[in-house]
Amino acid sequence: MTHLPYLIAAYGITIIALGTISLHSWTRLKQVQKKLSQLQNNNKPS
Amino acid sequence: MTDTSLPPQQQSRFNIHRLANPGFFLRFATIIQPWINVSAALCLVIGLVWGLFYSPADWQQGDSVRIMYIHVPMAILASGGYFALAVCALCSLIWKHPLADLAAEEIGPVGAVITALCLITGSLWGKPMWGTWWVWDARLTSVLVLFFLYLGHITLLHAFDDQQKGYKAAAILALVGVFDLPIIKFSVNWWNTLHQPSTFSLTHAPSMSFSMMWPLFFCFAGLALGFIALVCIRLRTAILERQIRHILLNE
Repeated sequence: MTHLPYLIAAYGITIIALGTISLHSWTRLKQVQKKLSQLQNNNKPS
Repeated sequence: MTDTSLPPQQQSRFNIHRLANPGFFLRFATIIQPWINVSAALCLVIGLVWGLFYSPADWQQGDSVRIMYIHVPMAILASGGYFALAVCALCSLIWKHPLADLAAEEIGPVGAVITALCLITGSLWGKPMWGTWWVWDARLTSVLVLFFLYLGHITLLHAFDDQQKGYKAAAILALVGVFDLPIIKFSVNWWNTLHQPSTFSLTHAPSMSFSMMWPLFFCFAGLALGFIALVCIRLRTAILERQIRHILLNE
């Protein structure tokens, strides 16, 4: 029996898991940067 | 990036202790982030293409050996990440380093994911090779304990209403758990394990062909730089979240 399914599963799970946490971290950074920018604009004296 | 509060002869010199300042770290991390991202991606692409398509299959294991190019770096990073967690804990408890608690909070989830992937890829490699998904041998069990230590650290951080108590409890767990790291490292020497002994040693030549060692090195470099990049992004986010909390508290 070929071991290819195990190889594909290992790389697939790794790519999905690392991709998910990377994407989550990046979107969290963008959201926080946007919120901080909004707060700083609101606090600027007119 | 000069600090005009310093004497002129020190203004242009990079002082590593300035990284303890959250504002300076934020500016420094923002500048180096793209370089780390690109370096990680480059090393990973080189390592994976080389390892998957150009390195030879093992004479016994066949193509299953290519799981090594992700499993081994994950295993090293799992222990390395926890060591970094323990250093953060030390800096927090002893020197009250302003960024230590934030760094520990952001390293934990990344380390836990890496350790879980190490266990999963190990199982997927072990099933065709050993005929089993899991054995309770010393190496596998000690890495499973490491995974539980990561989960415990994450849980303790969020288990208290007072955030400082959570940071302190998690830091103590991180320091106690660091004793698992030498057990992981030397388990294959101390006990009769199914897991193979170390391939690399400081005292003798590696028992691996260079045609496999180079792609392994590139994969490790790529994943290590990726780990640093991810922690960098998360730490920047944590610092900005703290700034937001300060602004909202002052309103």
